[in-house]
Amino acid sequence: MDLDFSPAHEAFRAEARAWLRARVPAEPLPSLETAEGFAAHRAWERTLGADRYATVNWPEEYGGRGASPLEWLIFEEEYYAAGAPGRVSQNGVNLLAPTLFEHGTPDQLRRVLPPMARGEVIWAQAWSEPGAGSDLAALRSTATRADGGWLLNGQKTWSSRAAFADRAFGLFRSDPGSERHRGLTYLMFPLDAAGVTIRPIGRLDGKPAFAELFLDDVFVPDEDVIGEPGNGWKVAMSTAGNERGLTLRSPGRYTAAADRLLALWRDRGDPSDTALRDRVANAWLKARAYRLKGFETISRTDDIGAESSLNKVFWSEFDIELHETALDLLGPDGELDGDWLEGYVFSLAGPIYAGTNEVQRNVIAERVLGLPRGAR
Amino acid sequence: MRFVPSEEQRLFASSLDKLLDQADTPSVIRSWASGDHAPGRRLWTSLAEAGVFALTVPEEHDGAGLLPVELVIAMHELGRHAVPGPLVETATAAALLTAAGETRWLPRIAAGEALVSLAAPYALDADTADLVLTVQDGVLHEAEPTGMLRPSIDPARRLFEVTPTRELGDADGTALDLAALACAAQHLGVGRRLLEVSVDYARTRHQYGHPIGEYQAVKHHLADALIDLEFARPLVHAAALAHGTADFPRDTAAAKIAAAEAAYRTAKTALQVHGAIGYTDEYAPSLWIRKARALHTAWGSPATHRTRLMAAL
Repeated sequence: MDLDFSPAHEAFRAEARAWLRARVPAEPLPSLETAEGFAAHRAWERTLGADRYATVNWPEEYGGRGASPLEWLIFEEEYYAAGAPGRVSQNGVNLLAPTLFEHGTPDQLRRVLPPMARGEVIWAQAWSEPGAGSDLAALRSTATRADGGWLLNGQKTWSSRAAFADRAFGLFRSDPGSERHRGLTYLMFPLDAAGVTIRPIGRLDGKPAFAELFLDDVFVPDEDVIGEPGNGWKVAMSTAGNERGLTLRSPGRYTAAADRLLALWRDRGDPSDTALRDRVANAWLKARAYRLKGFETISRTDDIGAESSLNKVFWSEFDIELHETALDLLGPDGELDGDWLEGYVFSLAGPIYAGTNEVQRNVIAERVLGLPRGAR
Repeated sequence: MRFVPSEEQRLFASSLDKLLDQADTPSVIRSWASGDHAPGRRLWTSLAEAGVFALTVPEEHDGAGLLPVELVIAMHELGRHAVPGPLVETATAAALLTAAGETRWLPRIAAGEALVSLAAPYALDADTADLVLTVQDGVLHEAEPTGMLRPSIDPARRLFEVTPTRELGDADGTALDLAALACAAQHLGVGRRLLEVSVDYARTRHQYGHPIGEYQAVKHHLADALIDLEFARPLVHAAALAHGTADFPRDTAAAKIAAAEAAYRTAKTALQVHGAIGYTDEYAPSLWIRKARALHTAWGSPATHRTRLMAAL
């Protein structure tokens, strides 16, 4: 057992650090949940993509650097330590791309991945529906066979980034007689297609972080179906695993935030307030635990499977804890607009999306611990 | 970078697990608690044959050299099986005695013949220990128990006050961090076993016509216990790897906080999941539940280690 970085890994780290130092905007970009901020973050994705830093762990032929999982973790540490912007490309890079690598055709990989890596096409996810949240298999939006493709109808909601993104991916019921997990198809579609109506939804602080999508006979060609029609649930679950594992919230994000919290404590903390001091200590400790867990995960040779749910519960609840501590440290300034508040509002969604933490705890209890399934 | 136990380390853990599975530790614990140390001493001999007590003894004194990773792996298994005796203390004493140049005890420690107690401030099992040590003002002393047994919540922890009798030499400061780390690993093992038995119990105990493990309230308690334990382990392993570096005190403090809080919270969950039977002395898991409380404050409470951690940061 060791925690040693090889000279090659150190060189990778040094190169990433130098690149970021030269390019990370000196002033934070406006919130990516606003039109202006979205455009600024889109431009930043292009800067990253131009030097293959948007998707370091992808093969070079699709615009990546062929980085190993460890190198990806190193890049993420450097990225957030450098104070680089949030990733507006996250839905595409972390949710859609892993699905394509597993189930996509060579043509789909060639068409979809390079523009994603260059930051030219920003993706939104279209999973939830008004009647299908955590219980995604209850979805009712349909895909009906048409000449050379499919016609999408129905309503999607809580669609992250959809207010400003270019394309979306999601599941649709393609077999009208089917129920639950059967008869679903995984499709990609343009958000500016005929028949798509987008109604932005303000999140807790009013910023349009997500949107409702109304679909009225939206045509999708066969080439934009991922995997076999009717097999969408299985295809989508490979994405869900990624969403709950390390990729959606890399450890580097937390180690950087914990370091900033520590700096804030040194700057503004009252040394006699040991209760607050202990919360700062906990934040540092948990960030370190998550970082080390990441190294443990990539060192394993077996599939972590449902254990990814452990990560999801951990990072989502820790994210809130960390930001709450910062806001409390800021005292009367804690309620004012700023990076910590933005991070706090963002963190509040963590235990809800990508499968609520209640669902995750059921998954942990049943599929990791082996407790009996029961009535929901 | 390979941050998981090697094949050899995994085999070491599973061989200890097998050995201890056959040892019927609950009855060894009950004998130990009543002052009959014979079955416990026999178990120590078997553990020594498996290499446990050589892990902090230098090779020239019949040890394996100081192997912190193997030490935490072993302590985790000993905790899982609630092995009684001054385990942490004997392992730490070997490092202290080595640093102080008092080497004559070392081969006997490695062989499992010498049980060594180390006051913190009470000396665990000082009545049966072959050597009792205490550290005062940075100096290692031989000591002897004074007065009566001080009963602990953990019946297997027989504590005594001691008084120093003879100066041995300077105490190695990092050895006391090693004790905190070994205790963290032992504690984590106690928590792990309590989760295992609670899951088994929740699968088989029926109420309202269903196994209680079907109910989400029970499921979520147990899922939280697993999360706590799983995120504490990497901190314990990383602290072991930091031995010999400037980060060792900081990393040990982090490991002790996380392991103690995970294991103690798991013990409370185990008690709740077992219900009334868990609250009885007679039922074996109570031995682990009580140990989890005792180890929470042994070798520094989480509060103490948080202060140390923030000082290091």
